[in-house]
Amino acid sequence: MRPLAEIETGIAALAESADPVAAVGGLVALGEEVLEHWLAARGAVPTDAEREGFRLLALHRQGAKGDPSFNACRETCRELAYHYNLIALQPDHPDSGRRLAMASMVANHLFLFVSGKMQVAKLGEFCCSSRPLHAAAH
Amino acid sequence: MKDKYQKVAYYPGCALEGTGHAYNRSTKAVGRELGLDLVEVKNWNCCGAMEVKNIDPKLQTYLSSRVMSIAVNEMGFDTVMAPCNGCYHNLKKAEYDLATDEDSAAVVDRLSTKAGHATYQAGDIETIHALDWIMHSIGEDGIRDRLKNSLQGVKVANYYGCMYTRPRHIFPEKDQGNGSESTSEPHFMDDLLAAAGAEIVDYPLKTACCGGAHTLSDCDTSTKLVINLLRAAEAAGADVIATECPTCHSGLEMHQIRAEKRYDIKTSVKILYFTQLLGLALGLKPKKLGIHENISDAMEFVKERRLG
Repeated sequence: MRPLAEIETGIAALAESADPVAAVGGLVALGEEVLEHWLAARGAVPTDAEREGFRLLALHRQGAKGDPSFNACRETCRELAYHYNLIALQPDHPDSGRRLAMASMVANHLFLFVSGKMQVAKLGEFCCSSRPLHAAAH
Repeated sequence: MKDKYQKVAYYPGCALEGTGHAYNRSTKAVGRELGLDLVEVKNWNCCGAMEVKNIDPKLQTYLSSRVMSIAVNEMGFDTVMAPCNGCYHNLKKAEYDLATDEDSAAVVDRLSTKAGHATYQAGDIETIHALDWIMHSIGEDGIRDRLKNSLQGVKVANYYGCMYTRPRHIFPEKDQGNGSESTSEPHFMDDLLAAAGAEIVDYPLKTACCGGAHTLSDCDTSTKLVINLLRAAEAAGADVIATECPTCHSGLEMHQIRAEKRYDIKTSVKILYFTQLLGLALGLKPKKLGIHENISDAMEFVKERRLG
């Protein structure tokens, strides 16, 4: 796993690649690495399984177990998979460059959400509840 | 169309009396124009939002249940409409908790008795969002029939935020096929604004996180999330991001300004509540819709496009 900062740089670098198919594959792989960070930080071994043909989706599902607020990035993962399909299935489409730019923003959102959530993990859950505070009160 | 949504209890919630004032104003104005009645819940309280839920989720369940109890037991309504995603989410969550968790029901009963009001019973009232309210009482055809000022030529990215459809299990009425809202690909705002003449752009981050809950604890992450949302909307070709949540809306507006100051990143996409866009399409004046009260200035855009 690369450090998170390197992943962020990698996402930006792929946005303007001249090879959209390879680049969007790279974005999906970076998305997987982001989720691996989340899982590893929680002491889990990232799965090698796939869902609907994507390890990315299997990793997200694994990451949301026991933490429903993690589902706030579920559709972001699915959008990344969708953009992968758009580009990979129509590599010569005139919109491929624009689609790749959008895929990189989707991947970036996944990165920002997960890394932000990891930064505040000690303060509590990102969106809906602050579990440590909660546990201390009871 | 559901006639029962013609007159509903209205729960604006705290945000709509503060930063979301323009959403309150535009929701009421659009309702009046469409011939729909909103009767504000008497003596309503905070839904418990994130602050109370962080400390004691059952207390949040009670606070939300009190709002529903007043609406049904003291005002006789069978439907309460909450335009704020946070309030809508919390009332739905309270409904779910009361139906499925005996401990929550016992706490709500104890606190309701202590507070001196009837205990809310799960299933006594239906909670809906402003989007449900307009979609099911007026619908797309109803909007088309009432159009006075089409939004033709306005490209809109619809942003629903993350609380409108999550978690799925508290929204049993969604994902029920034709005519129902989708939790994975919400479309009511798209449908209503398309009926008002707007060109809806594909926006892959329509349910992504805006960082709203993060604003105080880690402001930079919120700003970066918003920058990404704004840039994605612009890359999708949008002139406007339409919102349906006061937290998302004010977050987008404030971080759009902060992004320029802190990161020198300027975006020009406008941010308007969907009720403001609908109101313009119905021929209402921008000031009646509170567009002049938005943090980011959209009045010039409205004039340029001859929307009001």
